[in-house]
Amino acid sequence: MSTVTRTGSITFDALSSSRRPGRGRRLVERNLLHYKVHWTIIVSGFFEPLFYLLSIGVGVGKLVGPVVGAHGEQLTYRTFVAPALLASSAFNGALYDSTMNVFFKLKHDKLYDAVLATPMRVRDVAVGEITWALIRGLIYAVAFLIVMGCMGLFESWWAVLALPACTLIGFAFAATGMAATSYMRTFEDFEFITMTQLVLFLFSATFYPLSVYPRWMQVVVECSPLYHGVHLVRSLVLGDIGPDLLLDALYLAVLGLIGLTIANRRLALLLTP
Amino acid sequence: MADPLIEARALTKRFGDFVAVAGIDVTVRPGEAFGFLGPNGAGKSSTMRMIGCTSPRSGGELRILGLDPDTHGAQIRSRLGVVPQDDTLDNELTVFDNLLIYGRYFDLSRKVARQRAEELLDFAQLSDRAKARVQTLSGGMKRRLTIARALINEPQVLLLDEPTTGLDPQARHVLWDRLYRLKQQGVTLVLTTHYMDEAEQLCDRLVVMDKGRIAAEGTPLQLIAEHSSREVVELRFAPDRNEVMADKVADLAERIEVLPDRVLLYADDGDAVAETVSQRGLRPETVLVRRSTLEDVFLRLTGRTLVD
Ligand SMILES: Nc1ncnc2c1ncn2[C@@H]1O[C@H](COP(=O)(O)OP(=O)(O)O)[C@@H](O)[C@H]1O
Ligand SMILES: [Mg+2]
Repeated sequence: MSTVTRTGSITFDALSSSRRPGRGRRLVERNLLHYKVHWTIIVSGFFEPLFYLLSIGVGVGKLVGPVVGAHGEQLTYRTFVAPALLASSAFNGALYDSTMNVFFKLKHDKLYDAVLATPMRVRDVAVGEITWALIRGLIYAVAFLIVMGCMGLFESWWAVLALPACTLIGFAFAATGMAATSYMRTFEDFEFITMTQLVLFLFSATFYPLSVYPRWMQVVVECSPLYHGVHLVRSLVLGDIGPDLLLDALYLAVLGLIGLTIANRRLALLLTP
Repeated sequence: MADPLIEARALTKRFGDFVAVAGIDVTVRPGEAFGFLGPNGAGKSSTMRMIGCTSPRSGGELRILGLDPDTHGAQIRSRLGVVPQDDTLDNELTVFDNLLIYGRYFDLSRKVARQRAEELLDFAQLSDRAKARVQTLSGGMKRRLTIARALINEPQVLLLDEPTTGLDPQARHVLWDRLYRLKQQGVTLVLTTHYMDEAEQLCDRLVVMDKGRIAAEGTPLQLIAEHSSREVVELRFAPDRNEVMADKVADLAERIEVLPDRVLLYADDGDAVAETVSQRGLRPETVLVRRSTLEDVFLRLTGRTLVD
């Protein structure tokens, strides 16, 4: 037996990836056990995008004339706004259970300390919580898709791909949300996340086309991850198919993977000191 | 002798420059109840976390169940039960679901997890609280639930970090009774405590830990025989008279300790010492003759009391 010395915890087994199947799904199961009783918490989150659709899409839409689509076609305002709200419902939904709730479990309940005393590893915690958060985002996306179907807001069969697109959005933001949360020290710090969330929601070409901005603002907005989510979903729903959609998808996937990696490393530092 | 379940050589834990565990040697064999006795900050929890494979060691050797935590952590953890110092129960779930999901973390089937959860609720005397939220439980109940949770995978070794700290005397006795039963069933117990009565009650063998080091090792009786006299006379004089009076009785004992509130005289025949004190007309406010305990051992080894 040789004597070993380590400097950090990153090399520790709890983090190492292995070919064994992950146990992340156990944490999804844990969350289902919780929401099986507290399902009303989930239901209320569905109404937010719906109310936006009815108030702004339909209501304000009556005052706004038609919007010009990517190929010069005329769209009703609600047809234009609905896909963005669909993308936002996956976005907001994924952030519910990857930010404040994760912080609470991490710092207050010490839930993950208990989880890591079992064969579960840090990676399983990160993957499990991100998976659950994205599933919650998807639940809202599916519900919203049904509303859109009822209101006849699909313009193309490409719209069926909106669901996988929303999965990608859910993954990107659940992972980023969890990574950001791992840096939070107090509940007050979450103001930062809440503010960022609001800015992204309002300014990612959600309620009006990118063309209303001056060029420099367009460049800024094009950096926004939610802009790419909105662009992807809107293009699919409206049938504006082009190679730029692959770029949107790539952006979201890379963002998600970076978020997952950071979340994983930070949790290892916090949970296996 | 059977192979050790836990074997540590020069085990070290550092946090930055701070050394929390400064090279300890520990061997725990199957069926033993092994204890770490030491005050706050001794490095007990840091040691337990390394043994529980949730904190990597900074140096030295560690084998749990013959395996290296660095490479086989998940495998080792699947055979351990852990009762951490702070309660880490799932506050969002019911008592029953806490056990159920914990079984699932260990990959038990739903059926087996349910069945064990019911048995363990019975063991923890919590069957009537199965559907309650965790927050509604008393401190003692939470502790029992945590122990029940740690048993869901039928562990070979149960790690208990200060199992009864913060509980009232009655709750502590209920808990000790449960732990005693486990010991009878052959479960290997490894526990930390800063209560000498707990160490004496539960441990077959223990180490006295202080400032990250092991000061002594043995059975409770061995430690007392080796590091203390058979009996102790506790004299309590009027406040701030203890120092002065200590000089007048120093010759009566093998060893003398002056604490802020009392003077301890170590001798094999306590009654004889008490008798002489009275003959000298010193009139302490109270006189108590008792057997030596691990508290006295700790005082001898470190010059400090366990609980301050
Ligand atoms: N994660 C940590 N980071 C820095 N210092 C720590 C950490 N955990 C414990 N320590 C320090 O290590 C020492 C030993 O702590 P601990 O193992 O908890 O002792 P005990 O359980 O015997 O009270 C203490 O001084 C404590 O402050
Ligand atoms: Mg401790």
